[in-house]
Amino acid sequence: MPRLAIPKTYKMLIGGALVRSESGRAIEMSGGNVCRSSRKDVRDAVKSARAAWPGWQARTAYNRGQIVYRLAEMLEARSGEFAELLGEGGGAEVAASVDLLVHYAGWADKYQQCLGTVNPVAMPYFNFSFPEPMGVVGATANRGLNGLLEALVPAITGGNTVVVLADDGSAIVASEFSEVVATSDVPGGVVNILTGLQSETLPHLAKHMDVNALVLTDEPQRQSVLEEATENLKRLVVSAPGRSSLEQIRLLQETKTVWHPVGV
Amino acid sequence: MRHQRLVETPVDQINVEERAARFTKRSIKTTSKVEGLLLAVSMCDLTTLEGKDTEGKVRQMCQKARNPLGADLAASHPGVTVAAVCVYPNLVEVAKRSLKGSQVKVAAVATGFPSGQYPLEVRLDDVRQTVELGADEIDMVINRGALLEGDIKTVFDEIVQVKEACGEAHLKVILETGEIGSYDTVRRASFVAMEAGADFIKTSTGKVQPAATMPVALVMLEAIRDFYYATGKRIGMKPAGGIRTSKEALHYLVMLSETLGDDWMTPDLFRFGASALVNDLQMQLAKQATGRYQSGDYFSLD
Repeated sequence: MPRLAIPKTYKMLIGGALVRSESGRAIEMSGGNVCRSSRKDVRDAVKSARAAWPGWQARTAYNRGQIVYRLAEMLEARSGEFAELLGEGGGAEVAASVDLLVHYAGWADKYQQCLGTVNPVAMPYFNFSFPEPMGVVGATANRGLNGLLEALVPAITGGNTVVVLADDGSAIVASEFSEVVATSDVPGGVVNILTGLQSETLPHLAKHMDVNALVLTDEPQRQSVLEEATENLKRLVVSAPGRSSLEQIRLLQETKTVWHPVGV
Repeated sequence: MRHQRLVETPVDQINVEERAARFTKRSIKTTSKVEGLLLAVSMCDLTTLEGKDTEGKVRQMCQKARNPLGADLAASHPGVTVAAVCVYPNLVEVAKRSLKGSQVKVAAVATGFPSGQYPLEVRLDDVRQTVELGADEIDMVINRGALLEGDIKTVFDEIVQVKEACGEAHLKVILETGEIGSYDTVRRASFVAMEAGADFIKTSTGKVQPAATMPVALVMLEAIRDFYYATGKRIGMKPAGGIRTSKEALHYLVMLSETLGDDWMTPDLFRFGASALVNDLQMQLAKQATGRYQSGDYFSLD
């Protein structure tokens, strides 16, 4: 007997829940309608990300690595689906994305050793510098699955929580990836994924005082938010091909230096 | 009780809860929102009631009570202070000293707060001493045990005696609605308190969950309204405990306005008992002024 196909309603990920935009708006696309997020969705996502941050950054680095690795497992399990969605060359892109996750999972408890230092001082003190996560990171993504992960994974591996704005080009992939995140071990709020028009939502993310850094796809985008982002001195990072993973993580870390008396 | 018929009017639970939920649906934007937020600030009883309270903490809180908006916002809204600070009796003197020269009142909890499980003489002494220390307002707890046993006379008589002990000080009567059960009991307790001489009735100590909820506050506001129609006396209301966001504060103001009207929209007749609320009000006012969502990083921690 012939049966009707059941098309999926694509949703966004905010605070661990798959939700539609509070505005009720959607963008029609071939392959399905995606949510068109609003200013208030951005606000809600940042609120969730901020609430999730203390818990996420307090987890052991090893545990964060396990959770990122679990993301790889969940993506691998759905690789067929993603390959189909991404079209030609999709299989290779999914494989590369899974590899990227595994790669960063490995970095989770190692970058601290590479970035931390023992500094020479001319007094009877130890002097250490070590990396600490910045807090809430906003990111834009518009280059398929790989672009999405490159925006997102270095941030969470380093103990930040993240709000990703996926442009309409990668909206369906981003919505599908939301389901991967929701079914893995990532605590609610650590990863928030909004779809819609970056031109609408990015200014609000740039203005938001509770966002500590922005990861942007290109230089024109950086120029567009430069003024708004200065009020709380957001760090602006522009993606660059060929940047090492350690550097990607480092760009979203602050350095803390402590003095410790020798012999105590 | 003189208004027995009013006291015994049963509360329609479903109706109260639905009505209370409807107050949260009003859309308050731009200038009305700013007005509402500023009114809410001026109605706050900035509270700290913890065993670990120190003089330093109270002094810092009093500073905030004098200037709750911070420098940037105070420039565009001069003269805004909170209504009062609320502390334990031991810290009344510190608060009084820190607030000298301002219009901010000092409220103190007494009568063996929060349980009230002490002999009546001890509780009355507590009130007398606290007033002597300089408290302008006394927040008392009622005898919930007696109320639940149906011994309304004891509850009533105790409030009368506390009121006497207060002298000039204003009396707020805490019903502790989280402990006394049904809406009917809340209504009865409200009338007992108002007839016994309360200037304010207050929902909770903040030490028991649930603390202030919209339906419970609505029952109390309606009791205040009925008492006003019967006697012509205006009694104040203070929801306390669990009100943390500006949004909730605006919901309460909507409920107040639509139940008791403009006469009650003043710090003389309505207060919020809260510790964290002022911070959120500040952040929302800053958002209205700058168009930027604010971050907790730039506001005080309490």
